[in-house]
Amino acid sequence: MTSSKVELRGEVKNDPAALMASLHLVPSPVPNPEIKYTKIFINNEWHDSVSGKVFSTYNPATGEKICDVQEADKADVDKAVQAARSAFSLGSVWRKMDASERGKLLFKLADLVERDSAYLATLESLDTGKPFLSSFFVDLQGTIKTFRYFAGWADKIHGSTIPIDGEYFTLTRHEPIGVCGQIIPWNFPLVMTAWKLGPALSCGNTVVLKPAEETPLTCLYIAALVKEAGFPPGVVNILPGYGPTAGAAIASHMGIDKVAFTGSTEVGKLIQEAAGKSNLKRVTLELGGKSPNIIFADADFELAVEQAHQGVFFNNGQCCTAGSRIFVEEPIYDEFVRRSVERAQRRTLGSPFDPTAEQGPQVSAEQRSRVLELIQSGITEGAKLECGGKAPPSKGFFLEPTVFSDVQDHMRIAKEEIFGPVQQIMKFKTIEEVIERANNTEYGLAAAVFTTDLNKAMTVSTALQAGTVWINCYNALSCQCPFGGFKMSGNGRELGEIGLKEYTEVKTITMQMSGKKS
Amino acid sequence: MAQNGTIENGLARNECPPPLPQPVKIPEIKHTKIFINNEWHTSIKGKKFPTINPATGVKICDIEEADKADVDEAVRAARAAGQRGSEWRRMDASSRGRLLHKLADLLERERAVLATLESMDTGKPFLHAFFVDLDGSIKTLRYYAGWTDKIHGKTMPVDENFLCFTKHEPVGVCGAIIPWNFPLLMFMWKIAPALACGNTVVIKPAEQTPLTALHIGSLIKEAGFPPGVLNIVPGFGPTAGAAIASHMNIDKVAFTGSTEVGQLIKAAAAKSNLKRVTLELGGKNPCIVFADSDLQLAVEETQKGAFFNQGQACTAASRVYVEEPVYDEFVHLSVERAKNIVIGDPLEPRTSHGPQIDRHQFDKILELVESGKKEGAVLECGGCALEDRGLFIHPTIFSDVKDHMRIAKEEIFGPVQCIMKFKTQEEVIDRANSSQYGLTAAVFTRDINRAMSVSAALEAGTVWVNCYNALHAQAPFGGYKMSGNGRELGEYALAEYTEVKAITMKLSEQLTL
Repeated sequence: MTSSKVELRGEVKNDPAALMASLHLVPSPVPNPEIKYTKIFINNEWHDSVSGKVFSTYNPATGEKICDVQEADKADVDKAVQAARSAFSLGSVWRKMDASERGKLLFKLADLVERDSAYLATLESLDTGKPFLSSFFVDLQGTIKTFRYFAGWADKIHGSTIPIDGEYFTLTRHEPIGVCGQIIPWNFPLVMTAWKLGPALSCGNTVVLKPAEETPLTCLYIAALVKEAGFPPGVVNILPGYGPTAGAAIASHMGIDKVAFTGSTEVGKLIQEAAGKSNLKRVTLELGGKSPNIIFADADFELAVEQAHQGVFFNNGQCCTAGSRIFVEEPIYDEFVRRSVERAQRRTLGSPFDPTAEQGPQVSAEQRSRVLELIQSGITEGAKLECGGKAPPSKGFFLEPTVFSDVQDHMRIAKEEIFGPVQQIMKFKTIEEVIERANNTEYGLAAAVFTTDLNKAMTVSTALQAGTVWINCYNALSCQCPFGGFKMSGNGRELGEIGLKEYTEVKTITMQMSGKKS
Repeated sequence: MAQNGTIENGLARNECPPPLPQPVKIPEIKHTKIFINNEWHTSIKGKKFPTINPATGVKICDIEEADKADVDEAVRAARAAGQRGSEWRRMDASSRGRLLHKLADLLERERAVLATLESMDTGKPFLHAFFVDLDGSIKTLRYYAGWTDKIHGKTMPVDENFLCFTKHEPVGVCGAIIPWNFPLLMFMWKIAPALACGNTVVIKPAEQTPLTALHIGSLIKEAGFPPGVLNIVPGFGPTAGAAIASHMNIDKVAFTGSTEVGQLIKAAAAKSNLKRVTLELGGKNPCIVFADSDLQLAVEETQKGAFFNQGQACTAASRVYVEEPVYDEFVHLSVERAKNIVIGDPLEPRTSHGPQIDRHQFDKILELVESGKKEGAVLECGGCALEDRGLFIHPTIFSDVKDHMRIAKEEIFGPVQCIMKFKTQEEVIDRANSSQYGLTAAVFTRDINRAMSVSAALEAGTVWVNCYNALHAQAPFGGYKMSGNGRELGEYALAEYTEVKAITMKLSEQLTL
């Protein structure tokens, strides 16, 4: 199948829910899901925007508007911060609550998300364009597991006692930071909500969270579940809106103690700068990547081709972890390219509700044109376009799976984050060379190495400048493992025990103690 | 334990309290057999033993009696369930956590039934069972449910060209032998960390109190634990208990009970296969009350500490040292307060004090009370059984108790409070530590320096400052000296249920670090 034959299956598009129901094997989307929540969530109540403004959210598979959403701006952020501050004040219900009770509330939240999985997955697919089955099995599972994982931590956030010199005794308490601002992207709206809320609430903070303007719907639904679970008012506040207005208000707010951002490196720098200029709020950033994937000639070839393919095309390439620089050892280079192209051509495009479609549309027309522009630069700079490269005729924002071979490190497609279904395949000869080339980037989020040789695996994984290295796998993320970037891919780590550190202040309490005993 | 676990979240705190929970009518005891491989078995020898309601002396039902042959069966099942490649060993750690949460949910559902059974079988007041034992059991399960996927190994920067990391693996088949004073709570203290770490378990409840343990068997199955992961063998110490302690195919044994039996367990472990041993044993726990303390608080806490669960607690506050200037007032207030204790039917909501567990314990307590009188302690109140009422003993207070008296040295395990006098801090620390035991201790004072220096000086696994019996699933618990080996609860307990494996890989070239 050449790229020109990529098409959307009409019959599937017409009645996807009926088709999936007829299969009986897989979970089914909720037909015509009702959009219940489109307002600003503050103090466990729904508010219209102070300015009276609304914005529209679109179905990227059809380009049609789904609904209008209340648009939060600075004044709404102020209201939310006030609510969050008061929920965090000393003696509040939230501050007096047993840590284990915070854990129970998070468990309850996970149970509610699980109860409403089919609905939430439908909504997520509608708003982002990602295939329903991906939403259901990847995004929803990740969301539920993250809430449960951090629920378990709530009463296990240990301080320590320290045998300091002299007639003193010291102990530490890991206390919540306070009001946490959180700004999340549109590529994994639910999972990112959980990555942010899970550790923040587990540690006892209160939250003002802004979902991306492209994808506010599932995050607002989570707000309703937060209320149903029984979190006290003001602990979680959700403000749909834009980066330059609501986002900027969060980053520079004097009443916010910490900001966590996931998104582009460019915006990440603005956030950190705003934090510096305002109140030195703590900052964690999960930003872009240009993650190298190194394939040695001794690797399990089938596995490497498939994982490299999934690593870059998963979620239509809209992943900060996308394995977008594939370095293949010379002896297997040609065969690897041939097989990768074959695989990309087999990749099926279609409606998010077509269970046979592996790939949905890009999130917006704007994102799609950005990707197309980069594809054009690749062609211009002399990379070999093996397949794809175009947008198929459709009202939605679809893009063909695209593979470039003979990519050189200096080309824009080898250096810039594309955030689209575009695979770059490069050639290398020696291990030293490939390590150097893989590290020669401002990014350092993820990396992978495929080899059956233990020494190669360990040497390369140790040498790579990346927050996560996968060996013979890709995108093997789990809530138990820390995740974050070296260099300009971010500051700090999310998930795992180490993720708790970003949401606590350590207090050292030292008391004078006469007659000390070891 | 927290007094009330029913607060769902902060919002409910200002609302009307819910009506008091009520005991459930239990027409028939459903689970009376040996639980192996998620199935109910009769004993191989065909023997049974009765379990008695200590409040009435009436038999509740007969229970299938496990002996060595039944333990063998249970161990076979546990070993199969824990072998490499089994469902249990391949299960994600987070899924083990889900199962433990499910079990906690089922305990919550059956809370009234379990509290009724516990009260019938032990004689403890129903409301204590409901709010203390059940609350603690549920919280322990939830706490360890959260640990399953957080049991971290480490990587070590070893010298030269090696990669070294550790994995914390389950020990294997864990035997557990638990006492009759907190049957359900002790069950959970044992199985929750064992299962969280991925072990399989063969557990023997006390012969006096098998009912709640066996009821949990049915919930284990309902929760969805694979067959053989948890096996329950009701029976006696010298037979089933000894079979566990000396079994060649049990990798670890955890025991809670008397120091005397703890020594037998450890010897049996050594003589058989050097299985790992944790022991939670007796105590003769000192409470030190300084003259500057909140005296009313000290009187209340030490008395609850002494009489809680009819004194049948390893943490019982049985040696109360009171500073001379407030000694007489303390004794007076303690005696006055003891008069408010309501002795009666454990199922009645007003009752705060039930019967002792059995005739043997009852006789032993009264014998020790006699020795106290003979050795010259002043009997301030109590000191005898309720007339015409089975196994009930009046809460008893002795003053002028001297350290050499038997009641000051031996674990009484009954409602007997011994009050001593002291003059200096140095003196009281020496006297408090002058015991073979070292389980818990308490200090009552408003002076922060005194609180810190006394708590540092006491030889005890737990020290409470201005409180007593403040036990939590998150905090480690266990004894110094002959009060035990190892710690239960908290993160510390995980170490008792895991083997650490260090994996060191030789690498061919220097890693670029």
